[in-house]
Amino acid sequence: MTEMISTQSRPAGEAGRNYSGSLLEVDNLLVEFHTRQGVAKAVNGVTYSVDAGETLAVLGESGSGKSVTAQTIMGILDMPPGRITGGEIRFRGVDLLKLPEAERRKIRGAGISMIFQDALSALNPVFPVGWQIGEMFRVHRGTSRAEAKKKAIELMDKVRIPAAKQRVNDYPHQFSGGMRQRIMIAMAIALDPEILIADEPTTALDVTVQAQIMELLAELQRESNMGLILITHDLGVVADVADKIAVMYGGRIVEHASVHELYANPAHPYAKGLLESIPRVDQKGQELYAIKGTPPNLLRMPSGCAFHPRCPYRRDNCVTDVPPLYEVDGSRRSACHYWREVLDGTAG
Amino acid sequence: MGRYTLRRLLQLIPVILGTTFLIHFLVWNLPGDPFAGRCGERPCNPAYIERMTELYNLNDPLIIQYGKYLLNLLQGNFGEDFRGVPVAETMAEVWPNTVKLAVVALSIEIIIGIGAGVLTGLKRGGFLDNLVMISTLFLMSLPVFVIGYLLQLTLGLQLGIIRPTVSPEMPWSELIVPGFVLASLQVAFTARLTRASIAENMRADYVRTAVAKGLPRRRVVGVHLLRNSLIPAVTFLGTEVGALMAGAIVTEGIFNINGVGQTIYRGIITHDATAVVPMVTVLVLVYLLATLLVDLLYAVLDPRIRYE
Ligand SMILES: Nc1ncnc2c1ncn2[C@@H]1O[C@H](COP(=O)(O)OP(=O)(O)O)[C@@H](O)[C@H]1O
Ligand SMILES: [Mg+2]
Repeated sequence: MTEMISTQSRPAGEAGRNYSGSLLEVDNLLVEFHTRQGVAKAVNGVTYSVDAGETLAVLGESGSGKSVTAQTIMGILDMPPGRITGGEIRFRGVDLLKLPEAERRKIRGAGISMIFQDALSALNPVFPVGWQIGEMFRVHRGTSRAEAKKKAIELMDKVRIPAAKQRVNDYPHQFSGGMRQRIMIAMAIALDPEILIADEPTTALDVTVQAQIMELLAELQRESNMGLILITHDLGVVADVADKIAVMYGGRIVEHASVHELYANPAHPYAKGLLESIPRVDQKGQELYAIKGTPPNLLRMPSGCAFHPRCPYRRDNCVTDVPPLYEVDGSRRSACHYWREVLDGTAG
Repeated sequence: MGRYTLRRLLQLIPVILGTTFLIHFLVWNLPGDPFAGRCGERPCNPAYIERMTELYNLNDPLIIQYGKYLLNLLQGNFGEDFRGVPVAETMAEVWPNTVKLAVVALSIEIIIGIGAGVLTGLKRGGFLDNLVMISTLFLMSLPVFVIGYLLQLTLGLQLGIIRPTVSPEMPWSELIVPGFVLASLQVAFTARLTRASIAENMRADYVRTAVAKGLPRRRVVGVHLLRNSLIPAVTFLGTEVGALMAGAIVTEGIFNINGVGQTIYRGIITHDATAVVPMVTVLVLVYLLATLLVDLLYAVLDPRIRYE
């Protein structure tokens, strides 16, 4: 009892400083949306973790619950209609979901920060970019206006925005898409967060710009040793930068593996399908493989394994039995009853 | 922006010329003798008619008449009314009263309208929201004079909380109820507009970003959300200055305020055009300048808008 109280009254930054687990752990998270049509189970027991200096890629089709999980970590979920029905999110061992809002707020932006897909709409259109970056220092650290502006210019330099000093008073609409995303990044790393969540940071950008942004993120991560959660629906984007991958389907993690393992030999039919649908140089001209069928309806999830209606490995028990996350080896997991066959490559 | 402002100011000239000409034409040259019924039962004294005719150059062709009138206006010579009182004197007396009333009305519109809009937009469906939605519906469906007489009757005559009419010294405290009556329609519109705008912007990505930055809720709403949500309301406030002036005729009448609206009204029903023309000209000018001011304010509030 005493222990619990002391943990809660200390700032989260202090609590769990000596925690031996991972820096950020999402543990069996459950999130639902209550809508007019019914209850959509957007996140159904997601578990993943990130350490300092580590990059976790969260991969999955649109609607698989990647953003909702991230929003729950940040504490920016729309509630209602959203509702967290179970699980824990531990940051240095402290469950963020049990933290009072005032404590939680101090972690946002300072301990864990986030960048979004569409920087144009994510930045406030009526304030200069330097002002928006500097706001991090003014609000969290009580820095003076002039000092905050100086820091904003330094950060804009750091994310390589040309002529930062001249552009600090410009507005978001005066920048190109790539530059705007750099501004988002500058804002997110302003306070040296330990975890950075990037939710499809390059999806809205041109291919050449995509690569530059990924490079920048990887570089910043190396410099500051922060943990990076990279959300994407495009496996090609993360291959070079990610250490491990969590593949999501229907609000669940269906495969968890190192990038190397997943690329070499996926252990879940859905991950395998995703891999095969990446355009490859050696297959030029060939028709691209696409996973048959449509993503599951969250209001009426398929029985058993949610992927079974689309699965080439399907057997009878897939329709009835929900597969647990089988331990493939070490930290590798697959939520497929027939992961051995998938690994062997023999279609059921 | 400087060039834009200059161009807009230059555009005022033809508009002012056009409106003054129209008003001048309407009040002096409509069919019918402007002097009929001016001097009680008897026809007017020929000497008087002659004096006015000369003062307003009524024997000249219309265009010359107007030109001379305009020249007089420009020299600050506003003429005199049929009672022989200089129009400039009347203006100096009534304009401050109307401006005072308008300031009260506009303040009420901003404070109550935007305040109610923000509170209800943030929390739709609650008690306050229903209260505001229903009361604004009332305000919008009842004509201003009904609201005016109703408040005068209940608050003034029955409950005795306010003076039924405003005393000639126009103390601010006595202007609150007339100001509210004058602003009633706009308060309702502003509240609903702000409510819709807040509710829409609340879901905007940049608001989510502001929360993700770890800003306190006060700052998320008061700085990030409010600044964006005020844009439609401010645009509306400007265009409504005209309606405010029109409403002043009724409100000033009910609460016996010696203002511009009353003077114009009196001028029209007594066929005394002398004061109407300059008064309305100034009204038009106020309206145009207010519109310009709002357009410039719009660009300040929303940097995406650039005037070339
Ligand atoms: N604000 C919301 N209201 C209702 N449902 C939502 C909301 N946000 C997300 N969802 C539901 O959660 C599901 C998962 O969404 P999301 O996490 O955004 O998917 P993605 O993996 O593409 O990021 C969506 O299919 C949607 O039905
Ligand atoms: Mg998403």
